[in-house]
Amino acid sequence: MVSAKKGAAKPASPQKNNKRKVASSKDVTSKKVKVAAGKGNKKAAKPSSDDSEEDDESWAYGAMSGSDSEVEEQDDEFVSAEEGSDIEVGALDDDFLGDEFAGSDEEGKTAMFGSDDEQEGEGEEDEEDIFASDSEESDDDDDMEAKSRKLDAAKLAEAEEAEAELQTNIMLENDKYVLPGDDHEILQSTDLQVVQARIQEIVRVLNNFREMREGNRSRNDYISQLLKDLCLYYGYNDYLMEKLFYIFPVSEAIEFFEANEVPRPITIRTNTLKTRRRELAQSLINRGVNLDPVGKWSKVGLQVFDSPVPIGATPEYLAGHYMLQAASSFLPVMALAPQEHERVLDMASAPGGKSTYIAALLKNTGMVFANDANKDRTKSLVANIHRLGVKNAVVCNYDGREFPGVIGGFDRVLLDAPCSGTGVISKDASVKTNKSEQDFQMLSQLQKQLILAAIDSVDASSKTGGYIVYSTCSVTVDENEDVVNYALKKRPNVKLVSTGLDFGKEGFTRFREKVFHPSISLTRRYYPHMHNMDGFYVAKFKKVSNKIPKKNEDTADPDEEEEFTPITEDSGKRSRGAKKAKAAAEKPEEAEKISFNADEDEELIRASQAKLLQTQKGIKLRPKKTAASSKD
Amino acid sequence: MRPLTEVETKTFFEKLAKYIGRNITHLIDRGDDTYCFRLHRDRVYYVSESVMRKATSVGRDQLISLGICFGKFTKTGKFRMHVTCLDYIAQYAKHKVWIKPNGEMPFLYGNHVVKAHIGRVTEDTPEHQGVIVYSMTDVPLGFGVTARSTSDTRKMEPTAIVVFHQADIGEYLRQEDTLF
Repeated sequence: MVSAKKGAAKPASPQKNNKRKVASSKDVTSKKVKVAAGKGNKKAAKPSSDDSEEDDESWAYGAMSGSDSEVEEQDDEFVSAEEGSDIEVGALDDDFLGDEFAGSDEEGKTAMFGSDDEQEGEGEEDEEDIFASDSEESDDDDDMEAKSRKLDAAKLAEAEEAEAELQTNIMLENDKYVLPGDDHEILQSTDLQVVQARIQEIVRVLNNFREMREGNRSRNDYISQLLKDLCLYYGYNDYLMEKLFYIFPVSEAIEFFEANEVPRPITIRTNTLKTRRRELAQSLINRGVNLDPVGKWSKVGLQVFDSPVPIGATPEYLAGHYMLQAASSFLPVMALAPQEHERVLDMASAPGGKSTYIAALLKNTGMVFANDANKDRTKSLVANIHRLGVKNAVVCNYDGREFPGVIGGFDRVLLDAPCSGTGVISKDASVKTNKSEQDFQMLSQLQKQLILAAIDSVDASSKTGGYIVYSTCSVTVDENEDVVNYALKKRPNVKLVSTGLDFGKEGFTRFREKVFHPSISLTRRYYPHMHNMDGFYVAKFKKVSNKIPKKNEDTADPDEEEEFTPITEDSGKRSRGAKKAKAAAEKPEEAEKISFNADEDEELIRASQAKLLQTQKGIKLRPKKTAASSKD
Repeated sequence: MRPLTEVETKTFFEKLAKYIGRNITHLIDRGDDTYCFRLHRDRVYYVSESVMRKATSVGRDQLISLGICFGKFTKTGKFRMHVTCLDYIAQYAKHKVWIKPNGEMPFLYGNHVVKAHIGRVTEDTPEHQGVIVYSMTDVPLGFGVTARSTSDTRKMEPTAIVVFHQADIGEYLRQEDTLF
């Protein structure tokens, strides 16, 4: 009620100019309300007059009458109100209240309130404060207030208008995008800009499919059109496009394809056997090279922005102070984390970027077996190993699948498997067109064989190690999760462990129709559009025992035999067997749930194979012979 | 892969001694680990015995390299040092030559070292002595043979050759195919 009284002080001054009266009278009603609120249900004897001045006065009485002892105590403050100058307001309000009003409680009680005031008064206490603060301000401020209110209103109107406009824009955008018909000639002849526009439209539709679809066109209609356009625009073959497209959400897929058109930054790895990163950076900067550390995750990587000299031929490079190496290929070695005095195998090592990194982490202790299946590529491997001053390396030229046979018992094995290279399309665009379904089948089969060989080459009882890292520079699921899942199934004596890399996306535990082992979420994926490095995949296994538990032998073994037929150049082309093997490998759940009766099945298999041979070659074979020939 | 024969050892050590003199003993009697020289397909490799033992399980045809290659025996039975051994011989070098930054690139392209490019030389280097060539920042760049003794060099013209080129680290790029 103190605030209400303060408010009362202002109108109490009698000689206001008109303007002010008007302004203040505007406030009056609301102030009455307050008073009424304070006063409760007191009946008003006298109706409020129309004259604003009187009204003010009566209101002032009302204020006092309405207030209880609190107001009375402060009556002295009202004393000067009548005599004081009318203009002074604000903080001094209180002093301007009239002397005469002192002790006029009784009058006031009888005086003032319109019945309507009382009614309004109910429950309006909320506004009290607002009005109170208003009334504390000067009358000039009231003026300002009015202006600002106007301004506010104008602003509001403007905003509403803008919103309306926006709405109309949205409405426009919400217009259905009409899929072009199946007229192939039109589709073929369109130029790239049109195709790009169409891609964007379809992506927009797909992102909000429920609302923006046209009629009852299915999602498939849109996607098949989008795939066609993407193939045309980015120059992929249909098979690869479909394979890559489904890995990502729609708009992310576009980002991925876009990122593949842009080269990745050049990165170099400091050879810690010969120098330190700071020194190397200094000496390269002295040559005018513009570089920066590659990121917080690596202590040896440097990113080169531009260089006036060829970065692969500086005296520092020749002296082996650094290695030109993509940032992504640091990752598997960091995941492997070799410890000093360990024996490490790099199964597919040329040109030696990872092998030399391993040796650097070993600090030239222990030993590194660097293997590569391609003899020509071992030249660059040996050159790099010598240039970087690796003294504990043995370079050999085996097919990786021979490995536990050549030498086993390693503490750690790195398998950077040969792959389709779908993660490094920005480096080698030929991947876009030259990879077919057969290539993928051949590669994933090879990878599955290699990963088993890698696992078998590790000594689980190693004190410090027993780890296997599998990596590819590919983003497809066939070459990554599928292979890892296969390894987990075939070798129950390994388990996936965290890669120790604190970034990257988790591996898929399910992809389209496939469901993988839940621990595959421990593996890591890297994408060009997300991490600005090549597409990459890293999985780290820990081998827990050297014994392979023979859990589901009867189902696994026939599979295995088929899987292990070594692929030669020509056998890769006859992919039928590989296809079967892969199909078998792809259905882990079924294989486990349904137990096969091998004896029963064998007869059926024989019969069907005999049938097949008969239809194919037109020769008649007795079932027994067929069985024998099919075993070959 | 086999140990060197008597004759091979003699030729090899004679050559090696031109660069590191009696320091050869440091290569053989090392404190940390036993190291040995092994011959594999005419090339001599310097490798620790533990690594060598493991490498025996690799077949002859499949073994490409082990440890550090010091050089190879030519068909005429002479020994030719490769730049790959630079790390070791730089460590034990007796005579050294430092070349100025403007002489680095010519040397790395396979040219001889001219007097104008010489920054520093070990005192009392005799004629036809194997020397290691360093950049002014002490990075070994290769090795060669002096054309004159240090004292004679002082009287020579700036364009005269002081060190004959034998091997340089530029060969990692230039001769990657033939070197390994």
